[in-house]
Amino acid sequence: MGCHLCEYYCAFAGTDGSDMARALKGIKINPRIKIEEKDGISFAVSCRHCREPLCVKGCITGALTVADGVITIDRDRCVSCYTCVLSCPYGAVSPSDDGAVQKCELCVKTAEGTPACVRGCPNNAIVFEERECAE
Amino acid sequence: MAMNYLYPEYEAARNYDRCITCRACERQCANGAHEYVEEADKMVCDDSKCVNCHRCVALCPTRALKIVKSGNTYKENTNWSGKIINELYRQAESGGVLLSGMGNPENFPVYFDKILINASQVTNPSIDPLREPMETKVSLGAKPRDIERDENGRIINNLPPQLSLSMPVMFSAMSYGSISYNAHESLARAAESLGILYNTGEGGLHEDFYKYGKNTVVQVASGRFGVHPEYLNSGMAIEIKIGQGAKPGIGGHLPGAKIVGDISRTRMIPEGSDAISPAPHHDIYSIEDLRQLVFSLKEATNYEKPVIVKIAAVHNVAVIASGIARSGADIIAIDGFRGGTGAAPTRIRDNVGIPIELALASTDKRLRDEGIRDNVSIVVGGSIRSSADIVKAVALGADCVYIATGALLALGCHLCRSCHSGLCNWGIATQVPELVKRLNPDMGYKRLVNLMTAWRHEIKEMMGGMGINSIESLKGNRLMLRGVGLNEKELAILGIRHAGE
Ligand code: SF4
Ligand code: SF4
Ligand code: SF4
Ligand code: SF4
Ligand code: SF4
Repeated sequence: MGCHLCEYYCAFAGTDGSDMARALKGIKINPRIKIEEKDGISFAVSCRHCREPLCVKGCITGALTVADGVITIDRDRCVSCYTCVLSCPYGAVSPSDDGAVQKCELCVKTAEGTPACVRGCPNNAIVFEERECAE
Repeated sequence: MAMNYLYPEYEAARNYDRCITCRACERQCANGAHEYVEEADKMVCDDSKCVNCHRCVALCPTRALKIVKSGNTYKENTNWSGKIINELYRQAESGGVLLSGMGNPENFPVYFDKILINASQVTNPSIDPLREPMETKVSLGAKPRDIERDENGRIINNLPPQLSLSMPVMFSAMSYGSISYNAHESLARAAESLGILYNTGEGGLHEDFYKYGKNTVVQVASGRFGVHPEYLNSGMAIEIKIGQGAKPGIGGHLPGAKIVGDISRTRMIPEGSDAISPAPHHDIYSIEDLRQLVFSLKEATNYEKPVIVKIAAVHNVAVIASGIARSGADIIAIDGFRGGTGAAPTRIRDNVGIPIELALASTDKRLRDEGIRDNVSIVVGGSIRSSADIVKAVALGADCVYIATGALLALGCHLCRSCHSGLCNWGIATQVPELVKRLNPDMGYKRLVNLMTAWRHEIKEMMGGMGINSIESLKGNRLMLRGVGLNEKELAILGIRHAGE
């Protein structure tokens, strides 16, 4: 419904603060999930965790890897060549604020279990489920 | 406007230490109260647009917002209160009738709050509902007076059609049009999962909802919108709406702007035309006329469905109910003066009708005195707020209650009373697609089921305390009630004793 709160919960999950007001006060957020809006329809864009991920295939240093179906990034290896940013068909990888790239890692490194955007969405519009992909 | 007499009644108070300018409040307020000021990197609010619906408050991720009553006051005057002055200014400005939504908020006595429930001690045992069976099932409809037998002495089943409910609650009429598709879906699915009924209201039934027929009451009102044979046969019962507690004696008006797409099709009127429900049914001017409509509806549905006649609680309610009980109707629904509405003239909402507790007690008594109580079941509505209200209503003689405002609250309604604006921020009383989708029926129906499940537990607890194990034995059991702070007349009408007696 276009409230963009998922973006803020995502950004908050990327900090180590316990209070959102303190963590995000005065900061322009750069979340890993982004709401696209057109004609009254809003859609949350984040990584689809493809079965055959073009980003992983294209990554020149092996910084992007698949583990248990989740595609994560090793920030130490990323050289910010942005090949993945260009190759992701969904536009789910973006430059981060401090070198390296960033993408949704389903909160495996941050929030407990359920991704922060899923927990924070007031309308259950984002769900976390495993799907057999129809390729 | 060069000069504005009206100062905003409420203010959105923002704690700037906590606001992270996420702009969720701005995006979610359909009244456009919040705004982000780029230069200052700061949120501001135009309080005059705020209707106090709490949408922004509920969504603000950092709890930076709250709505407070604005401190602006006129010189104190008990007679000319600030509210009266403001309403007068508003009318002097607009020249129009004041409109509002939901039920009568004025300071009239709430009799339910002056009635207390009994419990067993020593001489008769209470019952533990967790260990012993407890029946909350009710069956609505006319009950036959005599046992009929065939020539072989076998009992003939002469029971007229009945409605069977898992608990003495139904969701009362709210039309598709006055509330959204998603709100209707939430009510229908909740009714199905709870084993109770919801009511289509006067706007017809959307084709997607025919599948909930086993849990549907279809309504026929003075505008006859969306009424056709398939519709009449789709539900479990048919309700003839004569009146509504929030606006007794007047009809309805859904503005043409809301008659779009599905709503126009469901109501069977052209897009953009106003849906006007006349104040009376133009074919009903007497109980005999009502009887004709009752029987034409029964004829149309092969005498398989009970017919409900719904009236507003007005001064002569008991006499009118007595007429209805003789008209062939199976169930009488009475709507008290606190009942809600999508839109009503404020003066009518706040000044017409009588409290449901008194209407119920006097109707039940009158029908019993006349020996026709079994002709009909009685359903009461008009601000049933809790399981305790249900228990009290049943003990005052109701077979079942109707709930609407309470159900909307469960769906997110914050009683801002601006349903008539069509911009309900909670996706309930609106047809704007961007607002409707804010109510996710998957979440909505679960909240309704939760609420009713909780109330059912509480009803059982209270019945157990009284040593009663079936809702049927509570019905009309006024000895289980005592009044506090009521005068002799009120006690006499309610048919209960004062506490201590
Ligand atoms: S996905 Fe949820 S949190 Fe994100 S914008 Fe939509 S409704 Fe808001
Ligand atoms: S970042 Fe893009 S390409 Fe890579 S897994 Fe996610 S959606 Fe697929
Ligand atoms: S929702 Fe709360 S934090 Fe976000 S802009 Fe509004 S007041 Fe600030
Ligand atoms: S109208 Fe509702 S959403 Fe808008 S500012 Fe007032 S309380 Fe917030
Ligand atoms: S239904 Fe919506 S508009 Fe009406 S009172 Fe409730 S929140 Fe306000």
